[in-house]
Amino acid sequence: MSAPETKGSGLKWVGRAMRRVEDPALVQGQGRFTADLPATHWVRFVRSPNAAGKIGNIGKPGNAMVITAADLKGVKPITPMLHKFSYKPVAQPILADGVVRYVGEAVAAVVAPSEEEAEDIAELVELAIDETTPVIDARDALKDGAPQIHAVAPGNIILEGKVKTNGFDAIWTSAAKIITIDARSHRQNATPMEARAAHAAYDATSGRVTLTCTTQMPHLMRTAIADVLGMPESDLRVIAPDVGGGFGQKMSLCAEYVVVVWLARKLKSSVAWTEDRRENLIASFHSRDQYITLEAAFDANAKLLALRADVVSNVGAYSCFPTTSGVEPLMAMAEMPGPYDVQQYQCLARGVITNTCTMAAYRGVSRPVITFTLERLMDKAATAFALDPIDIRRRNLIDKFPYKSAMGLEYDEATYKETLEMAVKAIDVPAFRARQIAARAKGQYLGIGFATFSERTGYGSPAFAARGMEITPGWETVILTVDPSGFVEARIGSSPHGQGLRTTLAQIIADEIGVTPDVIKIVHGDTDTSPYGWGTFASRSLVISGGATLIAAQKVRAKLIKIASHMLEVAPDDIVLADGLAKVAGTDRSVTIAKMAREAYTQTHRFKGEIEPGMTETGTYDPPGTFSNACHVAIVEVDIETGHTKIERFLVAEDAGRIINPMIADGQVVGGIAQGIGNALLEEIIYDEGGGILTANLADYMPPTASEMPPVELHHIETPSTQSITKAKGLGEGGCIGAPAAVVNAINDALSPFGVQIDEIPATPQRIRAALRAAEKAARKTA
Amino acid sequence: MTDKTNITLTINGRDHAIAVEARRTLADAIREDCGQTGTHIGCEHGICGACTVIVDGEPVRSCLMFAVQAADKKIRTVEGLAKDDTLHPMQQAFMDHHGLQCGFCTPGFLMLAVGVLEREPHISDDDLLDVLSSNLCRCTGYANIIKAVRAAAEEMRK
Repeated sequence: MSAPETKGSGLKWVGRAMRRVEDPALVQGQGRFTADLPATHWVRFVRSPNAAGKIGNIGKPGNAMVITAADLKGVKPITPMLHKFSYKPVAQPILADGVVRYVGEAVAAVVAPSEEEAEDIAELVELAIDETTPVIDARDALKDGAPQIHAVAPGNIILEGKVKTNGFDAIWTSAAKIITIDARSHRQNATPMEARAAHAAYDATSGRVTLTCTTQMPHLMRTAIADVLGMPESDLRVIAPDVGGGFGQKMSLCAEYVVVVWLARKLKSSVAWTEDRRENLIASFHSRDQYITLEAAFDANAKLLALRADVVSNVGAYSCFPTTSGVEPLMAMAEMPGPYDVQQYQCLARGVITNTCTMAAYRGVSRPVITFTLERLMDKAATAFALDPIDIRRRNLIDKFPYKSAMGLEYDEATYKETLEMAVKAIDVPAFRARQIAARAKGQYLGIGFATFSERTGYGSPAFAARGMEITPGWETVILTVDPSGFVEARIGSSPHGQGLRTTLAQIIADEIGVTPDVIKIVHGDTDTSPYGWGTFASRSLVISGGATLIAAQKVRAKLIKIASHMLEVAPDDIVLADGLAKVAGTDRSVTIAKMAREAYTQTHRFKGEIEPGMTETGTYDPPGTFSNACHVAIVEVDIETGHTKIERFLVAEDAGRIINPMIADGQVVGGIAQGIGNALLEEIIYDEGGGILTANLADYMPPTASEMPPVELHHIETPSTQSITKAKGLGEGGCIGAPAAVVNAINDALSPFGVQIDEIPATPQRIRAALRAAEKAARKTA
Repeated sequence: MTDKTNITLTINGRDHAIAVEARRTLADAIREDCGQTGTHIGCEHGICGACTVIVDGEPVRSCLMFAVQAADKKIRTVEGLAKDDTLHPMQQAFMDHHGLQCGFCTPGFLMLAVGVLEREPHISDDDLLDVLSSNLCRCTGYANIIKAVRAAAEEMRK
């Protein structure tokens, strides 16, 4: 097993850039993805071409099997629940029932022996929809007289979070300056390379259905689908095989998966659906569509005194399960103050229903948007106070821990200032400023942008309970077994899909019980073989599943030592576990872990009842949560003729606690930055006024390619976390949280000679040119 | 559209006699008629490149080619890269340089890179970046893919 680099932890496997155990199958085309499975029946969904309307007759061709809402009697709608924030329990029928609420909503399911036939038949299904006026934009949906999309949610408001700290008004009126930003984040799609897919197979012998689907949460999908269909959960097995990326989009319950399971039970056969890319772009989950107005009160020394935010989050037509559509607006409200010391805070955060695709979690959730807003605001404040953007951050970043935020979040520790200074030094700001001035003289516009941020990671069930969620994910369980052959197997409730958890958990176990990672197997993604758990999302798996793994491994270790002390007839304190052996310290006596494991099953009488038979231990972990942090810096060049932005350099200084595998950690950060760059410059789901989507393919909705990626330079601080038993913090989302702010701050710096303010993402060439044209026009008027 | 044509697809040196509709894409034929599911389908409109295979020495997007067009041509897919138990240098390099995370786009990137380097072993870094920009990866941010392909290129030139 190759392990060329060791650093940091001083432990044997943790800290190494160990090659991933996941890779050999994947590079040989031996991965097993949902769409690889053959099926007897294939489904094609007929989707609404209209954003709003009443469904009339549904014309079904010939003898085709076409399922509509009328067929799904007894199937409950998807109705996620939140017990706070005036949440309105909006219900989503599994197939549109009576009305359609967005373009792409599934109205009927065609079933045929092949995908092609199902597609052919779907084209012949005639939907008579009596169109009504849709509302697409969240601010329009809030206006008096706007069409009302759900009777249960008057004014189209699904939830309203409000907070105001004591003494806010007095501090606010004492301010020397108020700085304001109207920020706009347009809509995105997470765009995993594997779109959604589901395959359900009925087993006549047991009466059970096995649903194989591309999901981040197999256990919760099982619970949710059993609830909706009113079937015993034990009759449903859910498998998440290899999953081709998720990024949050595959956390939520898809109505389509419910239909596939329903059909498998009805037909007593196998039924499959593979989403095409157009469906994914228009009808899978969207994200990030927000307006935020943020005002900040500063004293005369540019010290932040208070923040006031108005968050309007376009949550689409329905509420996503399990997080509910509170996921974006409530995250924005809770974490808006970010890494800055500010104890006065007022916020109104509303989730607004529109005739658009349902919003759900996407990597970073609201934090790319709030970080963009707050970091743009800090740059504006720097200008207003004639300060350097770095100086204003130095004056305001939190540097005393633990710190309790205005929203009551406990920041256990962070290195905001240290990472800022590290980044400032590494990027060499004075050299850049000199180059910037020289370039401007030649008509080239370079800019530098900073983003400092806090990334809440690895939080357990209390954090979700605080949001009033009916379902509070958080804990994870790991069942660790040393089998009678001496091999190790960990069954985990998490459901990794690219994060390399099979490798990193093996590293943790290897160090704890003294074996090499190549004898360890991590089993996940099958509700029949893995313990109940929540899955992989929210930068949590390594912290929470890693913590549960460590707890289970500590128990196995204790048992091994007990057995070794019996077998070697020495005191437990004299036993050392290493290299697959229990050794007596200071001697050459030892016994293999394989032999001890065998005896734990086959020679239990030898241990005189002091040891439970077998070698299986369970660990469960539900941590309070912790905060990673980073400073991102971008250097860009903006072509003022075309509005095109080229990112010349991107630098990260980050602290995610102890790094278990630096190769995998760096991969997460760089991958996140690519998505953040897409968010900053390229990716936008565009609706026309009637609610049709103009970006329904990957030529129009543009994830970055290799050509758009700058060289990324990573610098690390490893502050071991006291809130995580592995001392590791999560880092899956940080890359995409900081990048939009850093890039757009750099664009604004580049364009500062023109007095242009770009407060909108993505900052496309069109938007940059429009801003420059407006500035030119204004300059001509004053001239 | 249900008339089927009998064709032979030669995939990794093995003949597959299949009957396909004229409209069947090469990607679907490789996966469904020939059971070689290592080739993945990401967009079916020629943008993402997940379905890239090598046909008569050229990397092609198998979602943009009909199966009948590939009849009697030599098709190579990810399943044919390793020789017995020895991985192709490109596969090894992707593992060594962490050029994959979820692995869904990986077969397409491997076939694209192998196809181009066999044709142009001394391709410049700039041209290589251009070529690799024709496929999409959502996980890695590309840096490690580029590193891996450069390392494999060196190995393949040996």
